[in-house]
Amino acid sequence: MKKVIKKHPLAIRWFHWINFPILAVMVWSGLLIYWANDVYRIGWGDKTILKFFPDSFYKALHIPFRLAEGMSIHFVFMWLFAINGFVYVLYLIFSGEWRLIFPNKKSFKQSLTVVLYDLHLTKTMPPQKKYNAAQRIAYTVVIFMGLGSVLTGLSIYKPIQFRTLTSLFGGYEWARIEHFTLTLLFTLFFLVHIIQVILSGWNNFQSMVTGLFLIKKNETLVVPAIVFAGDLDENKAKKNHETIRTNEDKAVNEQKAAIPKQEEKNQEDENSKPG
Amino acid sequence: MKTQNQANNNEEILIDSKKLRNKTILAFTIFVIGIVAAIFIWKWIHLQPNVEDAPAPLRKVLSANEKVFSKTLNNDHLAKTYPVSEAVKHVRVNGDIGLKSALDRNWKLQVIRNPGDTMWLTLDDIKALPKQDLIFDFKCIEGWSQITHWAGARFSDFAKKYKLDAQTQMNYVGLITPDKEYYVGIDMASIMHPQTLLCYEMNGKPLPLNQGYPLRLIIPVKYGIKSIKRIGSIFFSNTPPPDYWFERGYDYYSGL
Repeated sequence: MKKVIKKHPLAIRWFHWINFPILAVMVWSGLLIYWANDVYRIGWGDKTILKFFPDSFYKALHIPFRLAEGMSIHFVFMWLFAINGFVYVLYLIFSGEWRLIFPNKKSFKQSLTVVLYDLHLTKTMPPQKKYNAAQRIAYTVVIFMGLGSVLTGLSIYKPIQFRTLTSLFGGYEWARIEHFTLTLLFTLFFLVHIIQVILSGWNNFQSMVTGLFLIKKNETLVVPAIVFAGDLDENKAKKNHETIRTNEDKAVNEQKAAIPKQEEKNQEDENSKPG
Repeated sequence: MKTQNQANNNEEILIDSKKLRNKTILAFTIFVIGIVAAIFIWKWIHLQPNVEDAPAPLRKVLSANEKVFSKTLNNDHLAKTYPVSEAVKHVRVNGDIGLKSALDRNWKLQVIRNPGDTMWLTLDDIKALPKQDLIFDFKCIEGWSQITHWAGARFSDFAKKYKLDAQTQMNYVGLITPDKEYYVGIDMASIMHPQTLLCYEMNGKPLPLNQGYPLRLIIPVKYGIKSIKRIGSIFFSNTPPPDYWFERGYDYYSGL
């Protein structure tokens, strides 16, 4: 027998893996389009620190003179990107999964600790459920980035028919800059995501395919208690954990659930004392 | 809305090792099939015969897009206009296809009302129509845009004056340069849009040669590729007229 946690629902795994190649195609065809008027850079006056993009980059990827191809791909796959994203958001809302992804009150404060932890600057990780505070913020921001890409995209695609939308983004030229910036941010998100996935290891990666996160024997009592049941606000998770672990009756569970509550209180009291 | 408990999927469950292994194998099998299918679909799209220089499946969706978005076009959707002061002095020149041969001194606009029924108009005939100034953000399909100042006669006024009622009931208008090197096809709704001009002035002066003197089209509801310079002839059709950039892989509609 093995102990597992049902980490990712089937629907989320499908949304994720469908989105990945579609987003890749959108970024790629976007590059083919951008090349035809590649005016963006980082710099001031005549000084350019970074040109989007250097000729060597274009050459290596065979990007030049493919505007028509880029547009035909972009305006076909845009539907898939928008529909997949839209259904994903509907799923999050109606399944209740949004509770595990959207930041809660503590996320913004905790996310800093998570970043420090990931950078090996601190050894303690804040308690979490499915996702840590930084993940909650990142995965929520990326949803809004997707929405932003669709809306700025529409603003460039049909600036007369969606004139109001275009002016909301500051006009045609600004919408194009915003659309481009969002693409850069998507690429950045992708790179950080890949690094984090590699660092997290195989068990984490395979859970995005199988849905099941394996609990190793020695970790049984430690990992789930801290990682998955320790969210201070929500004793329900703890309760569930206890239910499975001990299989005791309801009354006992409630009693048990009360104990950690007490502990939290103590902990909070301690925290509130000046160091 | 579901309860907290249902949303919480972090429950530990015990699962038989063999069952877990089978589940994992199944999941990864589907995963790999998915990857192969994605690559196959991508390759398949590009292996399909080209329709006007774009793979047929993409062309089909682009045509469908055209249907969706042409329905939302109406004459109340006007391109934003600007004060004259915002118009650029140096207007970008971005193409000379159809302008390479010398301009015939006796240029006249050929309007083919019906096969065998042709009307010839001079520039003065066009200038006799009500003059319309237009300062708008000209958008090139390459991605740049420029606020530019044009003037000319509304195409719709021209159609009215020359009693092209039967012609404007058709689906498309075709426009061709005198040397037949450049040609565009435009849907009737877009060419009859109130901001579509038979244009003979830029920045208050006659069009320069490289901007299509004596007469060009300015059609703000389309990318610049449809604003054909140096119009030689105009004809009407129920089927899409040939279009230079469409034949080179671009969207026929190219509407904004």
